[in-house]
Amino acid sequence: MSFSDSFFAAKFALRSQDLEAYLAEALSQGGDYADIYFEYLATSSMSMDESIVKSATQGVSLGVGVRVIAGERTGYAYSDDLSPEKIRHAAKVAACIASGPAKVDKSALHEGARRNLYPVLTAPNELGFAERLDLVKRAEKAARGYDSRIFQVQATYADSLRHVLVANSDGVLNYDRQPMARLNVSALAREGNGSPQSGYSGGGGRVELDFFLNEKTPEYFAREAGRQAIVQLSAVEAPAGESVVVLGPGWPGVLLHEAVGHGLEADFNRKGTSAFSGRIGQKVASSLCTVIDDGTIGGRRGSLNVDDEGNVSQRNVLIENGILRGYLQDQLSSRITKTAPTGSGRRESYEHIPMPRMTNTFMLAGESDPEEIIRSVDRGLYCANFGGGQVDITSGNFVFSASESYLIEGGKLTRPVRNATLIGNGPEALKYVSMVGNDLKLDEGIGVCGKAGQSVPVGVGIPTVKIDRMTVGGTA
Amino acid sequence: LTLLDIANDSIKQALSAGATDAECTIAEGEEFSVQVRLGEVETIKQASSRGMGLRILAGRHTGSSYTSDLTPEGVRQLVAQAIELAAFTTEDPFAELPEAGEFGSLSLDLQLYSRDVQELEAAVKIEIARAAEAAALQFDPRITNSDGGSFDSHLGRRVFANSRGFAGEYRSSYCSVSASPVAKLGEQMERDYWYHSARRFADLEKPDYIGRRAAERTLRRLGAVKVETQKVPVIFEPRVARSMMGHIFEAIEGRSVYRQSTFLAGKLGEKVAGDGINVIDDGTIPGLFGSQPFDDEGIPTRRTTVIENGVLKSYLLNTYSARKLGLKSTGNASRGITGNAGVGHGNFYLEAGTRTPEELIASIPNGFYVTELIGSGVNIATGDYSRGAAGLWIRNGELTFAVSEVTIAGTLQQMLMTMEVANDLEFRGSVAAPTLYLPEMTVGGR
Repeated sequence: MSFSDSFFAAKFALRSQDLEAYLAEALSQGGDYADIYFEYLATSSMSMDESIVKSATQGVSLGVGVRVIAGERTGYAYSDDLSPEKIRHAAKVAACIASGPAKVDKSALHEGARRNLYPVLTAPNELGFAERLDLVKRAEKAARGYDSRIFQVQATYADSLRHVLVANSDGVLNYDRQPMARLNVSALAREGNGSPQSGYSGGGGRVELDFFLNEKTPEYFAREAGRQAIVQLSAVEAPAGESVVVLGPGWPGVLLHEAVGHGLEADFNRKGTSAFSGRIGQKVASSLCTVIDDGTIGGRRGSLNVDDEGNVSQRNVLIENGILRGYLQDQLSSRITKTAPTGSGRRESYEHIPMPRMTNTFMLAGESDPEEIIRSVDRGLYCANFGGGQVDITSGNFVFSASESYLIEGGKLTRPVRNATLIGNGPEALKYVSMVGNDLKLDEGIGVCGKAGQSVPVGVGIPTVKIDRMTVGGTA
Repeated sequence: LTLLDIANDSIKQALSAGATDAECTIAEGEEFSVQVRLGEVETIKQASSRGMGLRILAGRHTGSSYTSDLTPEGVRQLVAQAIELAAFTTEDPFAELPEAGEFGSLSLDLQLYSRDVQELEAAVKIEIARAAEAAALQFDPRITNSDGGSFDSHLGRRVFANSRGFAGEYRSSYCSVSASPVAKLGEQMERDYWYHSARRFADLEKPDYIGRRAAERTLRRLGAVKVETQKVPVIFEPRVARSMMGHIFEAIEGRSVYRQSTFLAGKLGEKVAGDGINVIDDGTIPGLFGSQPFDDEGIPTRRTTVIENGVLKSYLLNTYSARKLGLKSTGNASRGITGNAGVGHGNFYLEAGTRTPEELIASIPNGFYVTELIGSGVNIATGDYSRGAAGLWIRNGELTFAVSEVTIAGTLQQMLMTMEVANDLEFRGSVAAPTLYLPEMTVGGR
């Protein structure tokens, strides 16, 4: 496929020379670099609650953003109207971040390298509603049927198809079609007059509907949500204070996202405001730890063919055998620090300025048998599932909340404990990793990462990991 | 064509396409933001945008759609999409628009819009951001770096109309200033921030003050240590206390009540908080961020006493959750531009008590004064509370050294029953709480 057959060229009669003219307008006041980003996003979602289909929504948003960089300054303007006058106006507004005569020679646009990590022929939202609604109905029914103590179930299916086009004054032109689908189930269980306990499960990715019919079925997610809610019915108080913590495989990789991932985004490091600033080449984790951010894994929620600045995504080594190797770059940071791009420039929508962001962040598998890891702990906490996390980039302190965890007593998992927050410090926490399992697992495809008011889909993953010291925020 | 015309047209089209009722929301906004870092402009962003949402009822089946395309073709597609979806939703006996007599709009001037924000020149906005950061950087030599100073403004217009004859619109304005300095002591680096926002530019706090407050807050975090695990009295400063209001809101909003997913479901008329605890929701206070003339279903906003002297008096409800509970809407419907309405709050606050924050601190021999909470470890169904915290340690009634990388834990039930409220209530947003004293929480540390 070439540009003239691409979505925006076909639907909006956009030509390569139009893009060049908009970029020239954007650089007319002396900017060093400009890019233009078109986005068309169609979404649909449907939800079942209290056993009925209560809501269904679909819609479209469409717009264009123009960015101009002058030195370290950024000017940005956008429009939800794609008429040439409105795009030129946005380019003029963004141009004003610079003041002077135009100084960048106009360069002809060339289509960047193309590949397809998510060859989804028919995106789910290009199908009828009945098939997708059936997933929700099946999930709802399975969760209710899991156990008689489950009294509330909500099942939601949401998908989107996003078309993007980026052109910049370095001559790069690239575009992508980004499907996404996700099914979520939440369940509430209660025993007698006790308090309700919740369970949650969900997943998806850049997949076709078949994924939910053959690989991860609605019943699979429903059972998992039901199981978690029932487990919590017998939870006891969580311990308070420092403890040995074992993380289960998969979604607990959110630890990496919070503890190191954000701290390694190039914008904070360029400005010297990250706890990891200036630490490349230093030891920031135990030598058992190798942490990767990889935007190229097929079909994953965090994967991208090209980032939102037109750069091809890639596999970036962040920490190798405990040594800090590199940061995640966006166009601005890689220009300023004269570093190669890492394909990590992302934005929530055309209304937003790109920033360095994670894609799929995970730790490579080690050699330990997961069961042996648990057997090695006399007293500690095993965390099987997490809610969200948060980090203070500058101090490096991060938290995540454990939604399903168990006491480890005498090398065995004993009682489940109530929700508790765990807290640690980014450059320190991974130094206490003493065992890494051979069971690397990526999450099911539910991650949403927030930064400076912008949300983007991400993935995480981790094998079973033993951390010798971490603070647990329980009450016991 | 005005936005109201476009809204009414979409409703007319929906009715002729088979809808029995329809409601349409249009939001239009103009934003400007500038960030300055180390004295230089870092980013300037400006743009305007529009969005339109439609919800239709076909009997008691609902369907919703949205678009950013307000052209006639965009509106036709919007209507077709909503109608299409209504065939897939289940008949819901509680899905209906409010009764005719419930619609209306407050007649008093809520002062949501001020021309002085619109008239502000870009150069002035940039100067304010610069001045806020400069005041922080100059405050103390230990302030060595900065995440910048910023100024944001927003002008908005919101239109709502439905097929029962309600049509209303209002404009709003907003401006804000913030500073976020970084301080360093040895290897340790800390960041904090301070900000102010207002509907009128004339009411916005001066940038030097914002910068100095931000610097003071950042400096007092330096030298932070982790304390031992212990049960102690805890004080939430007002910025942190506001998060408690967020939890209380989640626990009393209609949807979580009828789904019984909150620990306060079924507790109407019962004592759920200590004596002297009063929680109010008021969408009618001029100039504040939680005020609007009608809610997102076209019902006038009002003042609702949620908790009075510790007794749970009312939930906050939209039409749907009210019907589910056999109650009346409290004028708290809230939605983005589309979908079924959820429940939102107006100005949601905890009434001030009598003692000063200083008196509360002075009463504590050994305790924790919390200035920041991070993470989402609050479970509204069970009331379990566990979050990451930073702040200052209280020794013999005085604030002493900085503390970080610890957790605080307890239950919302116990926190509500035992908390004491100071007299320093101040609105800096739509949620407000004075300094809070919590007699016992578990601090997780070393």
